[in-house]
Amino acid sequence: MSNVPADLKYSSDHEWVRVEDDGSAVVGITDHAQGALGDLVFVEAPEPGSVFASGEAFGVVESVKAASDMLCPFGGEVLGVNSALDDTPELVNTDPYGDGWLIRMQPADTTELDGLMDAAAYEQFLEEA
Amino acid sequence: MPKQTPLYDAHIALGARIVDFGGWNMPVNYGSQIEEHHAVRNDAGMFDVSHMTVVDLQGAAARPFLCGLLANDIGKLREPGKALYSCMLNHAGGVIDDLIVYYLAEDRFRMVVNAATRDKDLAWIRQQASADGPTINERDDLAMIAVQGPNARQKAAGVLPPEQAAAALALKPFSAAAIGELFIARTGYTGEDGWEIMLPAAAAADFWGRLNQAGIHPCGLGARDTLRLEAGMNLYGNDMDENTTPLESALSWTVAFEPQERDFIGRAALEKQQADGVDRKLVGLLLEGKGVLRAHQKVICAAGEGETTSGSFSPTLGRSIGMARLPAACGSECEVEIRGRRLSASVGKTSFVRNGKAVD
Repeated sequence: MSNVPADLKYSSDHEWVRVEDDGSAVVGITDHAQGALGDLVFVEAPEPGSVFASGEAFGVVESVKAASDMLCPFGGEVLGVNSALDDTPELVNTDPYGDGWLIRMQPADTTELDGLMDAAAYEQFLEEA
Repeated sequence: MPKQTPLYDAHIALGARIVDFGGWNMPVNYGSQIEEHHAVRNDAGMFDVSHMTVVDLQGAAARPFLCGLLANDIGKLREPGKALYSCMLNHAGGVIDDLIVYYLAEDRFRMVVNAATRDKDLAWIRQQASADGPTINERDDLAMIAVQGPNARQKAAGVLPPEQAAAALALKPFSAAAIGELFIARTGYTGEDGWEIMLPAAAAADFWGRLNQAGIHPCGLGARDTLRLEAGMNLYGNDMDENTTPLESALSWTVAFEPQERDFIGRAALEKQQADGVDRKLVGLLLEGKGVLRAHQKVICAAGEGETTSGSFSPTLGRSIGMARLPAACGSECEVEIRGRRLSASVGKTSFVRNGKAVD
């Protein structure tokens, strides 16, 4: 079974969100998502300062198998990206909730975060999928 | 419901991720596809290829029948046990399938064709066979396991009784023999040394387990694809199909125009294409920068446009490689359109890696 940490929020596109004390939010893909994608070989990240609406593609992850759009779980501005993934995209496979994080964003409207699932709801979502 | 091979339960027990491949539930990987790829390049890996279709042809008519059916010439097979790679063409010269044919005895040949093309292949073969043709017998009672890699033969030989191991280790490349209840061929689809082993379906799970205990890594179809792509081996349905001929699929070497009197299906069409000029070719692409080539991306070169037919990340080279069908006049450079951007790629031969080493 895939790992679903209790302290994160989740989107139906299999991304996780961690809201930090300063109000910014870190986004990555879940353990389930990295397992389904297979070994990642390339991450195409957005430029810091870019602004995306909820559901918009902010980047692409490519595994050996396929390319997948990464969709914004909420609208906002990109504050930073995980540059370690340029050379070691496999961090997303080995540590999806830690060193394999994708981007840090400033949410435009924090109420959008309320629409995300908690860990229990995401686990149920995985079971039903 | 997709079909299952006799090894399905073994795959589940090993934690395989299962996908539907050509109507079969097959393992795509058992964890990390890249680790499986490296296991084959550097040590030994094994693949369940029981989904592939084994067809035995029997009778005095088998040889003349295959002489007309296949674009390569089974007359090249002098000794029993020798194998030949060939395309099976339609009358327009298009590729119905690619296959391996084994010469077992003067009245006995065995063909291994693709899984996804099983029904149309069998229909075509039966359609071409006249009433006095050979007996055509699909061997769905057999399972098939490929062991591949520099240490694969030695490790696999370790699970055989000594006299069988000696016979198997004595096989020359592209040769096969019936050894006990096994049919062992020194062939493969990875660019590495190894065997493809056919055996009774009922014995497959036990044999697979013993190979695993001998230190041969289970590998899924994902690694099989990156290995064959690095080795420059075409994938039917991607790199060639019924709308392309071998001459525009980097498979001219598999078409035997000699002897001239051998009239195989598709010969007239290929001769006409040769006379008129082959205006497309299948090439290998090496992406210069970051990104990953995939099938059906647009390719732009000075001589015109073409399309990728296969593409992936090459774990051995650490870069993306692919195959593309391009105008015959295309030079050594091109650009590939990946998600709206044009990235540079170099154009060369389709084979990138052989026996663990990058091909220059």
